[in-house]
Amino acid sequence: MKGWHISPSMAVVAVLIVLTLLGAWRYDGFVSAYNVQSVLRYNSMFALVALGMCFVIMTGGIDLSVGSVAAFSSVVAAHLSGYGLLPGLLGGLGAGVLAGTLNAIIITRLKILPFIATLATMLAASGTALLLANNQSVSVSYETGFVDLGQGDLLSFMRPEWVDGDNAGVFGGILGFILSFPTPAFIALAAYIVAAIVIGHTAFGRHILASGGGTEASRLMGLPVDRTIFFAYVISGATAGMAGVILAAQFGAGQPIEGIGWELFAIASVVVGGTLLTGGKGSIGGTLAGALLLGIIFTILNFENGMGWISLSAYWQSVVRGAFLFVVVVLQAKLSLRAQE
Amino acid sequence: MTTPLLSMQAISKSFGGIPALSEASLEVMPAEIMALVGQNGAGKSTMIKILNGAHALDSGTIQFDGAPWTAGSPQQAQRAGISTIFQEINLIGYRSVAENIFLGREPRRAFGLLDWKKINEEAASLLARFDVKVDVRAPLELYSTAIQQMVAIARAVSFAARLVIMDEPTSSLDEAEVTVLLRTVTQLKAEGVSVLFVSHKFDELYKVCDRVTIMRDGKTVAVTPMADISKLELVASMLGRELDEVQKKGATAFKGSAGKIGGELLSAKGVAIGHLVRDADVDVRSGEIVGLAGLLGSGRTETARAIFAADQRSAGDITFDGVTTNFKGPREAIAAGMGYCSEDRKSQGIIPGMTVAENLTLALMPALTRSGLLDEAKQREVVERFIKEIGIKCAGPNQKIRELSGGNQQKVLLARWLCMNPKLLILDEPTRGIDVGAKAEIQALIRRLATDGLGVLMISSELEEIVEGADRVFVLREGRTVGEFNHENLTEGDIMRAMAHDDAEDKRHADGAPARA
Amino acid sequence: MPDRALFFQRYGVGLALVLLILFNLAVTPNFATSQTLAVNLTQVCTIVIVGVGMTLVIATGGIDLSVGSLMAIAGAMSPMFFTGQLFPVPLYVGIALGIVFPIIIAGVFGLFNGWLITKFSIQPIIATLVLFIAGRGIAQVSTNGDLQVFKVPEFQAIAIGRVLGVPFQVWIMLVIVAVAAFILHRTVFGKQVLAVGGNEAAARLAGVPATRVKYLVYLICGLCSGVAGLIVIAMNSAADANLIGLGMELDAIAAVVVGGTLLSGGRATIVGTLLGALVIQLVRYTLLANGVPDPAALVVKAGLIVLAVWLQRQEHN
Repeated sequence: MKGWHISPSMAVVAVLIVLTLLGAWRYDGFVSAYNVQSVLRYNSMFALVALGMCFVIMTGGIDLSVGSVAAFSSVVAAHLSGYGLLPGLLGGLGAGVLAGTLNAIIITRLKILPFIATLATMLAASGTALLLANNQSVSVSYETGFVDLGQGDLLSFMRPEWVDGDNAGVFGGILGFILSFPTPAFIALAAYIVAAIVIGHTAFGRHILASGGGTEASRLMGLPVDRTIFFAYVISGATAGMAGVILAAQFGAGQPIEGIGWELFAIASVVVGGTLLTGGKGSIGGTLAGALLLGIIFTILNFENGMGWISLSAYWQSVVRGAFLFVVVVLQAKLSLRAQE
Repeated sequence: MTTPLLSMQAISKSFGGIPALSEASLEVMPAEIMALVGQNGAGKSTMIKILNGAHALDSGTIQFDGAPWTAGSPQQAQRAGISTIFQEINLIGYRSVAENIFLGREPRRAFGLLDWKKINEEAASLLARFDVKVDVRAPLELYSTAIQQMVAIARAVSFAARLVIMDEPTSSLDEAEVTVLLRTVTQLKAEGVSVLFVSHKFDELYKVCDRVTIMRDGKTVAVTPMADISKLELVASMLGRELDEVQKKGATAFKGSAGKIGGELLSAKGVAIGHLVRDADVDVRSGEIVGLAGLLGSGRTETARAIFAADQRSAGDITFDGVTTNFKGPREAIAAGMGYCSEDRKSQGIIPGMTVAENLTLALMPALTRSGLLDEAKQREVVERFIKEIGIKCAGPNQKIRELSGGNQQKVLLARWLCMNPKLLILDEPTRGIDVGAKAEIQALIRRLATDGLGVLMISSELEEIVEGADRVFVLREGRTVGEFNHENLTEGDIMRAMAHDDAEDKRHADGAPARA
Repeated sequence: MPDRALFFQRYGVGLALVLLILFNLAVTPNFATSQTLAVNLTQVCTIVIVGVGMTLVIATGGIDLSVGSLMAIAGAMSPMFFTGQLFPVPLYVGIALGIVFPIIIAGVFGLFNGWLITKFSIQPIIATLVLFIAGRGIAQVSTNGDLQVFKVPEFQAIAIGRVLGVPFQVWIMLVIVAVAAFILHRTVFGKQVLAVGGNEAAARLAGVPATRVKYLVYLICGLCSGVAGLIVIAMNSAADANLIGLGMELDAIAAVVVGGTLLSGGRATIVGTLLGALVIQLVRYTLLANGVPDPAALVVKAGLIVLAVWLQRQEHN
């Protein structure tokens, strides 16, 4: 056979490691517990959105509505946060599922192209969010523990006091680090593990990849193509909804105008992670690596600016994302052109 | 006598009033390999689609395994034991070999999780039965078409198929791969599975098939053991010709004899494109109609497209109008004085949403400008001239071309080139799907154009069109030029013999004035 | 095709526009004023200008998602020239540079889209996604994301100056619409655009330079986006790379589809795009003028777009 070749996700992980080492060598505090945790905390929303996007892109579709769906969900979650952690969580998640279902219906029932359907849902979600929020941010309740979803550390209740003492030692440091792992990162991690199992080890997951790899062939094989695609969009709505819940919890407010450009981050993560934009081939782990990679580049920019040698604005992010997308898309296209010959 | 596994009787089907099948029949015995042959449009694929549930029949009966049978969909047919393996393999290239075999009914463990171990092991043992050794966990796309076909067969077998339909399975395989595939087909038979084998490659049919069903014009015209029919008889039956029928019938409208034939216009030597065309030689002189004959899959269309530079050839020399050419695309071929009418009017010819005038002047338009603008007066003048000259029946130049009949669409496409004053016109099945009246008009037009000095290279599946219309004929078989004939004393038998590759007959060369060693 | 379907395809937008106007005349107070007309026209100007480029792209069977980002690039670069930020120049030279250069740059980015699509056979939606993502970043980086406020009436005249009482940007829009409609229906290039969208394989066999045609439509779409970007900053007397052209891709596609151009290519109408944009704008205006909040109008607009695309699908089947 063709011998071994580097899979795209392996390449991303390699770049990720190199960048982390570079950061550790160049900047003080880059691998400090505080920095790592804040990077994870902040990027877990994006990682979630990228996860849902990955499902959709694997089917050969695209979901441009994720940003405003997250905003919409954050508003719903904020409104409900006063009733408790669970109502806030489920409300936000439900809002996302609702928007995802709307996408799914427009795409699989009305047979409208995904990018148009999801652009329309983007408008609708954004409009609804503004209406519900009365055009301003909606404060969340700090009484009900809802904010822990974004600001808390899931395992902190297990934290023994000596860990924070002067003689905690290496073990204490490591334990402390683990026990202060941010809640949103836990949520994202759990979602990724479940997703990896679904894609790798369930019929539904394989049908997602099959539908994207050959819609007509999948139909002829008797696979429930429409139903599979339907649920891919529902999942994308759900992860965007969860991201919205975390957004509200982390910043203490539902943000109707947040989420602009999130879809771009998500698409870039998915594609950089080795998933084909045309569908049919992809990797959940790669998407996580892609999301972390883009997050780390952003962090490095910050640290680099902090050193005062150069001043690169945060806006370089989207240029870098676009450049990544460009390289990957061209490489993918070249491969498929060669395969045709 | 055992009862047949499959029995289709008096099957009729029409599309929009045009009959595709009329009272056709087909029987396959258990563990039998049945060949199904016929020209384009003979009704083979309609028959298959009715059998596997892609089309519903209008009338007739189907018995499968002793019971009446109607399939609602290909999936339903598959579950009942009828699997179809299409020419374009309907599998998912990105997914693994094993997955492609089990997609849709994957073995599972607890919690609905897939049992990958079982999937891979069963796939491997299934393929081992057919002597296929591959890494079942590797993506299918890494393997050759032949292996992919074998995987499709394995998938069919894993569905406990009783009847496997194979639609032109070898058309894109090389010889070694064909051998492996045929062995697999024989293996299927040994396991008690019946095979319906659709192919136009006779050597393969003789190697593996027990019987052959021959279809023509939507009817079943013959069913016979493979051993009882010669290649020549097979071709004659497919084309609807008696073996002894050699006289010309004057059924076509290529009236008037050839005009003055000029010097060499086109010469193509050793043209090759992938597996489909291996060594095609064709030449055309101005004022001459050259016929290009061959069965389905002989590489006629591919050769024509290579000459017109619509596809790039992998080998061969082409000289046009005295110059060795290497056109990069149709634009250069057109500029040099060629025109090409595709056999597929709908997807390669007309622009359906545009008007007759726009379609007719599509190639000429760049020349119809006045300071960058389309000179509509001049366009109208050209269009009206051709509508009158070649008798295009339409409401006017501004009617949408999709509203015209097939014959009139074809005339517009011919006019698209004629208004360019070409030196060579390549016509791929110029009269297919056209009613009798328009057909005669088009044939007469082609002759008139040649008399006026145009060189014509005409591909046709209709023997009488080739025999009566062409001044010279090339016959292609499996991508090679295997015969060249002059018009004088040419008979349909000569062409059929060349197409059929009937060795005994081939060497005799009959009366057909063989111009080729 | 039944006559009724043909009728709606041809006159549906116009009809919708007339009905909206009649409805407003009856219901909305102070509707029949030149003020209302000017407001609505200026609201659609940039959408129509970008929509013209988008119409040509869609006519070839493509799509361009990067229009908003290209507007941002042009809009963000322009002030650097006429405010003398890059190098001191005489005012009118600066304005000339600030108009010509950004538009050319947007055009070059359009060519980049065309290059990706033709050279690598990448689907247009994916190819233009690259600049959809990177383009705004380029604009933001070049201005550091800062709001550039300026007061240069000579430049702003391109948006808010008036000729015969009509805002200058409306004139620009009308000229672009007229020129594009003329190109589409009266030139060989226009016919070739429709031929490529109608049946690319057949068009290539008939010698239509499909590759060149595609390059040109994406170039034109880029140029149109550039012009629209300049109008936006001239109207606001400020350039904000974060906001210029945000969401424009959807507005433009919506106008094109509502206007009756076929999303699958081969049939296009520039005037339809103008009417489509007016219909969408007038729906919004009607809602706002009658007390419906703006976010709700967004939701209605989303529904309108889905409805238009769905109707087009039904008609096509």
